[in-house]
Amino acid sequence: MASKPKYNNTVCDPSFAAQVRERSGVEIERCYQCMTCTLGCDANFAMDVAPNQIVRLTQIGMKEAVLTSSSIWVCTSCEACVTRCPNEINIPHLMDCLHQIALEEETPVKEPAVPVFHRAFMAPVRQFGRQFEVLMTGLFILKARKFSLRDMLTNAKLGFGMFTRGKLKFGPHRIKGTKAMNDIFQKTLGGRGT
Amino acid sequence: MKYAFYPGCTQESTAIEFGRSSEEVCRRLGIELEEIPDWNCCGASSGHFLDDDLAHALTARNLALAEGQGLDTAIVCAACYLRLRCTQIKARESADFKKKMAEVIGMPYEATRTVRHLLDIIVNDLGIEEVTKKIVKPLTGLRLAPYYGCYLVRPPEIVGFDDPENPLSMDRLLTALGAEALDWAGKVDCCGGSLILSKEEIAMKLLGEVIEDAREVDAEAIVVACPMCHANLDMRQSGKNRLPILYFTELIGLALDIEESSTWFKKHMVDAIPLLRKHGLI
Ligand code: SF4
Ligand code: SF4
Repeated sequence: MASKPKYNNTVCDPSFAAQVRERSGVEIERCYQCMTCTLGCDANFAMDVAPNQIVRLTQIGMKEAVLTSSSIWVCTSCEACVTRCPNEINIPHLMDCLHQIALEEETPVKEPAVPVFHRAFMAPVRQFGRQFEVLMTGLFILKARKFSLRDMLTNAKLGFGMFTRGKLKFGPHRIKGTKAMNDIFQKTLGGRGT
Repeated sequence: MKYAFYPGCTQESTAIEFGRSSEEVCRRLGIELEEIPDWNCCGASSGHFLDDDLAHALTARNLALAEGQGLDTAIVCAACYLRLRCTQIKARESADFKKKMAEVIGMPYEATRTVRHLLDIIVNDLGIEEVTKKIVKPLTGLRLAPYYGCYLVRPPEIVGFDDPENPLSMDRLLTALGAEALDWAGKVDCCGGSLILSKEEIAMKLLGEVIEDAREVDAEAIVVACPMCHANLDMRQSGKNRLPILYFTELIGLALDIEESSTWFKKHMVDAIPLLRKHGLI
């Protein structure tokens, strides 16, 4: 289990709970700390702040403790906690809101490879309308600097396996509605890049 | 029986055998699929990671196009399925949201149609009896672990054609095909697919646990209904005696004795052919 940090971070931002509540629509105030979410969370072993603690710390405005945690990046959005929570608290949606705030406010990112991956995933979608795995993986490797020998070998092996099975697409499929796609990205992300 | 078909990006690449087997099986079962014209990527886990409106707009464009066909949508990927359903349900609940989506995608969108997973369509619309009638080669002797993972069953208010903790639709289908559908602990666990590139060690632990759970009950293969789970379990599984990962559509194809089925199984990283041969199925 990852070691849990001490909360020497005692800075409290009283407006934080309301900001998250408003932005996400998640009713965090209803949580009564039963821990059902954490007990069933398959990714908890890799989190420094357990899902129930994320909810609690958000309720009381411990903004930095939440935004600098690894948890908001390694949640897999498996939807198990929200399915089981007696108060229907949508933790994966809360996690989305929290890492979006972290990215916008440029707080130090505990697991930088995660947002790098999601941006690499969206780049071909923005450009062509569909996923193009070769470009996505290439972008991810470059930006996350996955150049170790081990990474190279894994990628070469997988790439070769996919190639021999006819699963590797060499060119993107460009949809006709690329303009509509660009509009969608413009209207939603605005100046924020993918 | 006719549906608008949303194949999803993987059907032409990593999950080509899922796409081919789904289309062929539907043809044989009399389920007509009309591809959504010019569909786009649903954004998968990355859309909502970056921005909620972006994620919803990407799916809304597809929903609006399907609405233009006047059909409900059939989906084979569990991840696309959850994403499209999220938007569709939200649009039904809020007129403002619906209006906003129509504005962002620049197309009329009324949320009049619904979205279904192919497993749901086969089990609940067509009915297992209709599949049974067409069986030529029962899958006798195969010990299979039906794996539902996350998005086929969770959250139930959004997807919800089966029980979120102990779903049984795939179990019933595989039993009807003549195989032994095993009861096992890992059926709704997460395989960690969304972290496989960015946090490999977490994903490897999660997928390893799914495989271990299947071994615990002496499964000979794991059966999936999601190309993300398949890519993760099939491509990243380590160790010597790796378990074949099969799509439920491939198994229907096998039981219906569809000739092309042998070409689908050749696309897997973990070779399934020795297992199928052992049971005289190929
Ligand atoms: S399951 Fe729900 S109520 Fe219980 S601790 Fe988790 S978020 Fe709070
Ligand atoms: S959605 Fe995230 S927090 Fe909830 S159980 Fe899954 S990994 Fe844990």
